[in-house]
Amino acid sequence: MLKVSSNPHIRSKDTTSRIMQYVVIALLPATVFGVFNFGLHALLLVLVTVAATVLTEYIYDRCMKKKISIGDFSAVVTGLLLALNLPPKAPLWIGVIGGVFAIIVVKMLFGGLGQNFMNPALGARCFLLISFTSIMTNFDCDAYTGATPLAAIKSGEGAPELLNMIIGRTAGTIGETSMIALLIGAVFLLVMKVIDLRVPASYILSFVVFILLFSGRGLDINYILSQLAGGGLMLGAFFMATDYVTRPITKNGQYVFGIFLGIMTGIFRIFGPSAEGVSYAIILGNLLVPLIERVTKPTAFGKKLRSSKTPKDGV
Amino acid sequence: MSDMNSEAKQSSMEVFFNGLVKENPTFVLALGMCPTLAVTTSAINGLGMGLTTTAVLVLSNAIISLLRHIIPNRVRIPAFIVIVASFVTMVELLLEGFIPSLYSALGLYIPLIVVNCIILGRAESFASKNPVIPSIFDGLGMGLGFTVALTAIGAVRELLGAGEIFGVPVFNKVLGGISSLLGRSEPIEYVPISIFVLAPGAFFVLAALTALQNRVKRKMQEKGQNVDKIQSGCSSDCANCSDSGCARRFVDVDGAPGSVADAKKS
Repeated sequence: MLKVSSNPHIRSKDTTSRIMQYVVIALLPATVFGVFNFGLHALLLVLVTVAATVLTEYIYDRCMKKKISIGDFSAVVTGLLLALNLPPKAPLWIGVIGGVFAIIVVKMLFGGLGQNFMNPALGARCFLLISFTSIMTNFDCDAYTGATPLAAIKSGEGAPELLNMIIGRTAGTIGETSMIALLIGAVFLLVMKVIDLRVPASYILSFVVFILLFSGRGLDINYILSQLAGGGLMLGAFFMATDYVTRPITKNGQYVFGIFLGIMTGIFRIFGPSAEGVSYAIILGNLLVPLIERVTKPTAFGKKLRSSKTPKDGV
Repeated sequence: MSDMNSEAKQSSMEVFFNGLVKENPTFVLALGMCPTLAVTTSAINGLGMGLTTTAVLVLSNAIISLLRHIIPNRVRIPAFIVIVASFVTMVELLLEGFIPSLYSALGLYIPLIVVNCIILGRAESFASKNPVIPSIFDGLGMGLGFTVALTAIGAVRELLGAGEIFGVPVFNKVLGGISSLLGRSEPIEYVPISIFVLAPGAFFVLAALTALQNRVKRKMQEKGQNVDKIQSGCSSDCANCSDSGCARRFVDVDGAPGSVADAKKS
């Protein structure tokens, strides 16, 4: 969670704020590509959603007479992530409703940043997905019509060109289509040591292993790559599963969390009725985090010897 | 025992409003959550369920109160259930005969009224210890409290999830009026937030309304009004109860304080 550096030095107090700013910067390539790909309405949708989350948090803090917490930029990140999860032609009020739900119901009612049990952006996305199914699954826009790559694969139409999928020139939500743009942001976060590879790597690897075993296509490189590039896997694995609040704190727990997400995403994508499963997998994983942390609690120094003979310490 | 006498002294109106407001079965006691969450997809379903339960509750409270000196303490729960079940069967057949639409909408939840914990709870904690008239008013108050709560939850869910209240498309009428004022040829249509008629919506609305109710209660308390529950003999909420009063009721020992047999002795 903290930036670890060799020299002890005085750091500024607004660590949360700076980390959140890094995340916003890391999301910019995907956002810019989404706007370039889908047109001006996408930009408007992103701006409205971010404004909705920030304003909601401000108004809630004012009404509840709390310290105004929008300075930590977490509301901006929530709004941006939510917007990147919306279809490009979704009406603007969808972003507003989603933003209000994310901030008030998922985040602030549980105590604000650090207390939310579920990623606010994903909670809101699933809320919108259940409430406005037809709007949220309509990916038609000026540039692309028809199914998203994953839906096309699922229905047997065959995936679009793999190169297009990696660059991102396919139908989908605003921010999920471009694997390259997302990976640029992810590398930036990795270099800045905002995130580490534990969750994303175990997530993606276990997902690959799962589809190798259960998709029935065997070692079909093309299929595996399109499963990785299509849908929200990259966005979810690097930007949402790594959320500090809703992933396990323990290192081993993070591996368990990642593997669980990989398996759940595989189950949803291959056996579920919908082609996509990243958001449901991550919010399910979020709910299991307290359990995972309990199971993977590291043994304190000196305790190991005594408990090694009778491994019953509640884990 | 003194507690029976003191309870008998309460005026019937007091007992009635206790169930409606101070000890509202849904928002305060959190009893009967199964029908509360399951059938409140629309205001009319909530109202129907609430009134059905009220009818059963009033009748069973009256009969149990009448029989309270006869029912042996050890078998009181089966005896209560038999009484409640007979009334539920009657109400079910009446509904099927006269309001078939409501009957099919409520479905399985009508027979389940037998095990509704509001009814058993009132039988156990009120009707088995009080005379007939207060018991009837208790049943009426509790039942109407349940009805009001269910109708409120149903109305909010129907309004948000379908844009209607009691089948009247409120939002579309208002929006239609606005758009004709603005001179738009096509009226603006309300897009229902369908999660509210699905299961998660029940939890959202129940939580929000309970919070609202607590807020109103706190405001009343700040104004100096007495909002404590009156007849359970409890001073605070159940979660932080240090009084073993109601816990002892469920210990099946003849003569335990507060039990039927004990009330009989006095």
